[in-house]
Amino acid sequence: MPSSRQEKIRNFCIIAHIDHGKSTLADRLLEETGVMTKRDMEEQVLDSMDLERERGITIKAKAAKLVYEHDGEEYILNLIDTPGHVDFSYEVSRSLAACEGAILVVDASQGIQAQTLANVYLALEHDLEIIPVINKIDLPGAQPDVVKKEIEDVIGLDAEDAPLISAKNGIGIDAVLDSIIDHIPPPEGDEEAPLKALIFDSFYDSYRGVICHIRVMEGTVKPGDMILMMATGKEFEVTDVGVFMPELHPVEELKAGDVGFVAASIKNVRDARVGDTITNMEKPTKEALPGYRQAVPMVFCGIYPADGSEYDDLRDALEKLQINDASLIFEAETSAALGFGFRCGFLGLLHMEIVQERLEREYDLDIVTTAPSVIYKVMKTDGEVVDVSNPVDMPPVVDIEYIEEPVVRAQIITPSDYVGAVMELCQERRGTYTHMEYIDEIRVMLVYDLPLNEIIYDFFDALKSRTRGFASLDYDLKGYQESDLVKLDILLNGEMVDALSTIVHKDKAYARGRAVAEKLKEVIPRQQFEIPIQAAIGNKIIARETVKALRKDVLAKCYGGDISRKRKLLEKQKEGKKRMRQIGSVEVPQEAFMAVLKIN
Amino acid sequence: MKDGEIGIYIHIPFCMKKCLYCDFPSYAGVKWQMAPYLKALLKEMKAARDEIADYNIGSIYIGGGTPTFFKTPYISSIMETCTSLFNIDGAAEVTIEANPGTLNKERLKVLREMGINRLSIGVQAWQTGLLRTLGRIHDSNQVISDIDWAREVGFENISVDLMFGLPNQTFDQWAETLDNVCNLDVEHVSAYSLKVEEGTPLYTMVANGTLELVDEDTERNMYHHGISFLKSKGYIQYEISNFAKEGYRSRHNLRYWKNGEYIGFGCGAHSYLRGMRRYNYPQIEKYIDTIEKRGHAIADSEYVGKDIERFETVMMGLRLMEGVNKREFLERFGNSLDFYYGDVILKLKTDGLLREDDTSICLTMRGMDIQNTVLLAFLDYME
Repeated sequence: MPSSRQEKIRNFCIIAHIDHGKSTLADRLLEETGVMTKRDMEEQVLDSMDLERERGITIKAKAAKLVYEHDGEEYILNLIDTPGHVDFSYEVSRSLAACEGAILVVDASQGIQAQTLANVYLALEHDLEIIPVINKIDLPGAQPDVVKKEIEDVIGLDAEDAPLISAKNGIGIDAVLDSIIDHIPPPEGDEEAPLKALIFDSFYDSYRGVICHIRVMEGTVKPGDMILMMATGKEFEVTDVGVFMPELHPVEELKAGDVGFVAASIKNVRDARVGDTITNMEKPTKEALPGYRQAVPMVFCGIYPADGSEYDDLRDALEKLQINDASLIFEAETSAALGFGFRCGFLGLLHMEIVQERLEREYDLDIVTTAPSVIYKVMKTDGEVVDVSNPVDMPPVVDIEYIEEPVVRAQIITPSDYVGAVMELCQERRGTYTHMEYIDEIRVMLVYDLPLNEIIYDFFDALKSRTRGFASLDYDLKGYQESDLVKLDILLNGEMVDALSTIVHKDKAYARGRAVAEKLKEVIPRQQFEIPIQAAIGNKIIARETVKALRKDVLAKCYGGDISRKRKLLEKQKEGKKRMRQIGSVEVPQEAFMAVLKIN
Repeated sequence: MKDGEIGIYIHIPFCMKKCLYCDFPSYAGVKWQMAPYLKALLKEMKAARDEIADYNIGSIYIGGGTPTFFKTPYISSIMETCTSLFNIDGAAEVTIEANPGTLNKERLKVLREMGINRLSIGVQAWQTGLLRTLGRIHDSNQVISDIDWAREVGFENISVDLMFGLPNQTFDQWAETLDNVCNLDVEHVSAYSLKVEEGTPLYTMVANGTLELVDEDTERNMYHHGISFLKSKGYIQYEISNFAKEGYRSRHNLRYWKNGEYIGFGCGAHSYLRGMRRYNYPQIEKYIDTIEKRGHAIADSEYVGKDIERFETVMMGLRLMEGVNKREFLERFGNSLDFYYGDVILKLKTDGLLREDDTSICLTMRGMDIQNTVLLAFLDYME
């Protein structure tokens, strides 16, 4: 039974497919409850990273405490913002575990999408009360009735009273707030019991150390308490507790049912992992909350400074990112072609791209990345099993008994017109058809098992382009399966370039070898001597191209005595050369390493 | 330099129409600025009198723009001012750039009479279609009559400017151009490979695909054909892009290639005097205003350090067939070429890009095609 204090609390999150208006709705809720006035609000307050705003996605979960009057009573509504992308599904699940209910935002013209479904299923798993909300009703293509029926048919939720809103224009926001109070149950939990609090997010603050976002399930926490992180076993003394306004606002204590933060001079987010349970050291709870798991990187790539002298800067930047990102891992590695750099592990492709972009934007680094790889399990003839995430570490062919690769189960929702195109794509990517369901008269969900290494290049782009942007994708790791894989090497002027090696399926090696060689021919500029480009499996050359020798590189004009200009043009050319990688006698531009990622 | 001889460059930034490839300071449709420009130019020259009082003037080069589009009496006053202010060598080479379409016999006669003894005519191509692609206003019939008139009024040193590697130009069109130009029996030919400069209309047209440049192989074939064809007609290549009959090498341009000194007047003009390089504001109005206010219009200047001077001497010298003279280099810098560049010279010789004998180093044919590669090797060596 909720206490009378808890009766006035609602903890909820918003779930939606990308672009369906989740962040905009969050902004309006903040505005409507007076947390922010329109004037001092930057669009999409909760998405504070530039990158998030630009891409319209939420990467890090965040929270805000809203105060709303309903039937003459004051209610506290804790909004927990969740990441919207499949790479972060574990983080999503922890955020959901901190709530009693979820607002499901569906775009009135686009209807249910793969991510909507994936998130709904997650929410249902956590027994959340789901309130459907139909957004963008003021847009020309809006079909609220069709979408309502879809929600009822596909998800089985009663959408009869679903608020029809326009988050962008502030229409129907009151109805959403009222509906939260009427339909989402208040939290429960004994305030006198031993402390049991769930960490659903954490970030590093340079003044206070790690700020843990928590939901108190049982008990109470206040400054001065000695706390224990049950999974990592780390102990700390609480310095601050508080709530999100949405900026940090200290309070005296947090009690069962509350959402807020705990700061305890924690130096690294690794010591306050998402999903861990905080308890009181003097009066510990017996059992941790269920569901904790350590984030496991699934995608790996090498990251190198474009300018070798920036190696230390790159390491510093990665360390700084890591303080705030417990799922990013990296270790030093050396490449013959690229010099000193780092092997980095990510939750998925988006996570990888985000890290790369933050290195470039926030840390102003010029980086070169190698082709992403997954973890292969290599069974050697001597019985040993090795995990290979870098093609360079692949044992010699003679020592390999067989190789296993990770496979995901992918759900793709597409208009039925494109079913053929999607199936063709999945076949090309070595997919195994599982089943297909009609969501409604026009949309179909296709389920395929796909090797992860087929998804990490440009599967999503290909899917979008073959369905005119209509299809959506969601996937989760299914397991490992044996596969006929080979290491494809690239040789320039007879020398193997380690950073260009990839692991591919044998049936695709020839086509890919040819494509890479052709692409490299395009991007490697003509040089003093002819440069052979070869693709090879072991000792066997499977493709060959040639960059012809440079025929012309001369400033013809006289420039009327402007001799410094001539010298400066040469100096500019020299700068350009400096940015190239010297591999043996061949100069390779940085784009070459990127360009091979885009091939399929 | 100790010989005390410099060249004078005078810039005339006016054109009837700006060519599509041109990124020099030149402007069309501003005829009304001609008079104030002349006034500023003469003022700038007068102000420089003391600065170059100790020098002999070995050459004057009036370039543009289109100097022959400038009013002839204005050119006359420029020449008179030069003669009255500076120590002009009796045998000085005095060149004016001239564009077909702005010439007539009377004008040529006056130019010759004021002491101009060399004409550099912008022919560029023989085919009217290609000329239009470049935004040129003339056709080849005008070229023929201009040269006839020039001969009649006494010009004995005529140069023709050509370009190859033009958008949509065929090898045969280039061969035809060369053939016809040689029939004009001029003394000097400059043949420049078209460089598409950023910011020009041509650049935009190439970038957006309206025009297509010739491929690198064809362009080089054109170049090599030019060299051998001109040679067969008695024109000796003495610089990457320049060819002359015996005794008609351009004295003014040779000075640039030997990294010698010169002074420039007019907007955008460059000077290299006593170790300083400087240049004037390129915009006409800004030039005129600044001259009026300060007596000069220097936009920026830099002191050229010895290491840069050495590099520039090699950079410019390697454009010449005779290359960089070892003795002159030693006298100028106190140490031999080998002392500064021994290793790089050896490597470039091994790569077949450079030739060396007792008196000089110079580029091989291959080295000329990829001169920048050679120069970058020297530049790398500078640090």
